[in-house]
Amino acid sequence: MNLNNIITEIEKTDPEVYGRLSGRRQAMKNFANLSGKIALSSLPIALGTMFQKAYGKSTDIITDVLNFALTLEYLEKEFYDDGLASVGLIPAGADRTAFENIRLHETEHVQFLRDTIVALGGTPVMKPTFDFTAGNGSMTGPFTGVFSNYDLFLAVSQTLEDTGVRAYKGQAGNLISSNEVLTAALRIHSVEARHASHVREIRSRKPSAFVVGIPDPWITLNQSNVASPLVQPNYNGEELLTQAGVNIVGINGFNITADDASEAFDEPLTKEQILAIVDPFIV
Amino acid sequence: MPNKTAIKLDEGVSEKTFFSQVSRRRFLNYAGLTAGAMVFASSCKKDLRGGESASDFAHEDPHNKPKNTVNLGSGDIGVLNYAYALEQLEAAFYAQVNQTPYAGISGKEADYLQDIRQHEIAHREFLKNVLGDKAIGTLLLDFSSINFSSRDSVLATAKAFEDVGVSAYNGAGQLLQSPDYLLYAGKIVSVEARHAACLRDLISYGSFADSTAVNSMGLDLVRTPTEVLAIASTYIKTKIIANNLPTS
Repeated sequence: MNLNNIITEIEKTDPEVYGRLSGRRQAMKNFANLSGKIALSSLPIALGTMFQKAYGKSTDIITDVLNFALTLEYLEKEFYDDGLASVGLIPAGADRTAFENIRLHETEHVQFLRDTIVALGGTPVMKPTFDFTAGNGSMTGPFTGVFSNYDLFLAVSQTLEDTGVRAYKGQAGNLISSNEVLTAALRIHSVEARHASHVREIRSRKPSAFVVGIPDPWITLNQSNVASPLVQPNYNGEELLTQAGVNIVGINGFNITADDASEAFDEPLTKEQILAIVDPFIV
Repeated sequence: MPNKTAIKLDEGVSEKTFFSQVSRRRFLNYAGLTAGAMVFASSCKKDLRGGESASDFAHEDPHNKPKNTVNLGSGDIGVLNYAYALEQLEAAFYAQVNQTPYAGISGKEADYLQDIRQHEIAHREFLKNVLGDKAIGTLLLDFSSINFSSRDSVLATAKAFEDVGVSAYNGAGQLLQSPDYLLYAGKIVSVEARHAACLRDLISYGSFADSTAVNSMGLDLVRTPTEVLAIASTYIKTKIIANNLPTS
């Protein structure tokens, strides 16, 4: 975990992050003081606390969440814009129709989030510049060829959709004070899950070097079904087998396996986890 | 063959628990005296419970007798009981689907429908355990309008249940006070949406998120408990009192 990278990423969506953290130098100093006193394993908690201090008291917490979501929707929309514009990438017929439908939804989400942020008195963040090779702007990252190799495109699409579900889920609690915004976010969240289900279905019907096993529409344990270790952080944590302290495996005498238990519940990721995951895609 | 029998949904009592609650002698009495119920038991077998370790006779536990009326209650408990009622409906439906697969079911369809049954059982039992002694009892269900031998009937019903489930959870989120419960609802609803998209694709490939599911702002279905329970009442014979649920 590189704190500098994380703060740099947040700065892209929230230019005022240093102000919130009492300035970059002070933030670093605070963190240095903190990190000298705590065990390495507690670092994520310490980081969370630091950001909670920066964001938790903000009256703009809802627009912050919406701007975070907007950044992810920009990412998805542009990914599908580029994919659909790449001649010969997406086969005509059912596949192309499906991705046009998904692209339409992502475009609508961008518009909806921008409108909602403005309505709440906030300012929508600008669209970042993206590098879908996951090369941080080098355009020669590990996913080079994502817009010429359909199997790679599908793998990245599935990962983006599954990750989008996790991102929205992780923010629901931050929206609990606004019925309207929470409900809208939930309604976007389930659309992303529908997309993920379909892209996984496409991949289940199209074996390739990029497909591991046969993807189901749902996520089994922390299996990505993608032949790249780079996407593993996007799936880590999905293997959770207990919920609210209740062991789901074999619950109440039913023959619920670990696979079943993990599939039955999708797991959230925090904003910080998501920003670290999408970092390579943002120039 | 259409199932004309009102399905009594049995509850989550393991064999071990069952035998600890009902003595062997009483068990034999049940077995000998409740001939009508035995027909029911033999027609439902293990799959209705989705687990090999489950007792065929657990539904004979008097604690699990379907209720004529249940009151969901108020506050977060009421909302969780609302979800529990819907998961009871879904789990029992898929149990029957797996018990009596429709003609011509493909291997892929059978796999998906079995997975979905397992997920719905997990949801139902999770909610039951979270609710503890606040849980509504077992609902009396009626699947007589469903033709379980027909692919079209089964998949259309499954799709409807999943879309309704998505809309129900999407509408229920704002009714919850606890961020923890909200998160658990969120963990479940996206799985219901994966089911909905999967079933839609089985019925008509590519309809996973068509305009009957997603509106022109890119937003999924949403319904109030009143709307959802009106739809579900076709399949739920137990009277569900929901007037103490939060409204915002």
